[in-house]
Amino acid sequence: MARARDESSPLFAGNAAGTLRLIFYLALAMVLMVLDHRNGWLWRLRYGAAVVVEPVYRLAGLPAVGVRTLSVAFADRQRLTEQNQRLREDLLLANAKLNRMAAVAEQNQRLKELLDTQHSLELNVQLARVIGMDLGAYRYRLTLNVGARDGVKPGQPVIDAHGVMGQVKEVLPTTSVVMLVTDPAHAIPVEIERSGLRTVAYGSRDGDQLTLPNIPLAADVRVGDHLLTSGLGGRFPPGFPVGEIRSVAPASTGMFMVAQAQPAADIDRSEDVLLLHDQAEPDGPPVPVKSMGPPSDLAPVTGEAQTVPASASSAPSGKPSARPAPPGVQP
Amino acid sequence: MNRQRLSLWWFIGTLLFALLSMLVPLPGVLEPFKPYWPALILLYWSLESEDRVTLGLAFVIGLGADLLNGVVLGEQALRLCALVFIALRFRSRLRFFPMWQQTLAVLALLLNDRLLLLIVRVLAGASLPPASWWISPFVGAALWPFLFLLLDDLRARLRIQ
Repeated sequence: MARARDESSPLFAGNAAGTLRLIFYLALAMVLMVLDHRNGWLWRLRYGAAVVVEPVYRLAGLPAVGVRTLSVAFADRQRLTEQNQRLREDLLLANAKLNRMAAVAEQNQRLKELLDTQHSLELNVQLARVIGMDLGAYRYRLTLNVGARDGVKPGQPVIDAHGVMGQVKEVLPTTSVVMLVTDPAHAIPVEIERSGLRTVAYGSRDGDQLTLPNIPLAADVRVGDHLLTSGLGGRFPPGFPVGEIRSVAPASTGMFMVAQAQPAADIDRSEDVLLLHDQAEPDGPPVPVKSMGPPSDLAPVTGEAQTVPASASSAPSGKPSARPAPPGVQP
Repeated sequence: MNRQRLSLWWFIGTLLFALLSMLVPLPGVLEPFKPYWPALILLYWSLESEDRVTLGLAFVIGLGADLLNGVVLGEQALRLCALVFIALRFRSRLRFFPMWQQTLAVLALLLNDRLLLLIVRVLAGASLPPASWWISPFVGAALWPFLFLLLDDLRARLRIQ
């Protein structure tokens, strides 16, 4: 049997048919890749094949669950007690803060009503568990155990207790894939908490950091500054912590400063995450203000005509983060 | 008949297991050390039972891996096809190499595989991966003798083809 086959696979020369077959398959693969890259077929196919794919995901997540269970089972009493104690203290602290915050939140709500904006401080969230699974592509993805059946939609922000983790990228019936903020293909509009400077934080290719490549040279950015979501772009609601600046240096081009930031969220360690549902209001760039008054060609002085729309446009767009109300609004 | 069926199931089982272990996560520190399991198992089978492993099978396994992995459809199909083609072409020689030479050959194949992957990813517009990304082929090659001996031993014990 083996002898008969030896003639079909000689020691040194290959046969042309094999090469042709290889070329055929390679071409097929390339066509598939291009089509998929253009049209995103894969996810439709995956959605169709979810019956097969999802059990495999759960199966692949089992070792991680097992390790977690074991670590709980074998954790000694001492450590559990300590952990419990620490959690209690944290809870107490959080509750105390919450109580203090409640009054502030109420006040904020009232002021905002006065300002006639609809930003609310309440969160409409959904708890999700991370399925421990390796999605290969440079490990910037997470899989969650909720999907289309639980009302998850692509684009929903994902946060954990410390900050923004990413956004839902693809949804299967009972699982969904999250793109992390550290993904090099991800960008999130942020503002620096201390100075209010708005910029964009990109994922960095070597893994666990954020890069802010275009900070103006004159801007006031220091190591230790906190980044918050700015709410521009409409995908992430404003005011969530994103990260903390770790280093600032001039870019090699000399035109900007580049900052590296550490994500606020526990990207590697989170097991439970929150999906934000409340993204009803499109919070993108403010609606262009209709020019009020006479048409501009009738305006006598150009300088005055420009200042009026500028001040009018800044008021309704409203800084998303909580700022004291402008004095003029008080009745 | 029964033994044949068992051996077929063993063959399919190892391939499915390879796909599954591709998905199993490792702790963050070990992540770059994860070998590309489907390639290793396919290599083993293409050396050991040539009549089962064809380019078509490699293509199908690759498509399955793509489906599970969520990368571009056809990427792993392409890589595994190229890998299996080279392995089948040099099969008669690879089989009779001493183990260390075989390991070196596997290393070359896996490095070639990573290179293909890099080309595909760069063409698709992804950024260059970090240096630790290149560790995986070496781990795969280092595991190869053990994997080979283990699978051979199991096969001998189960007395299947």
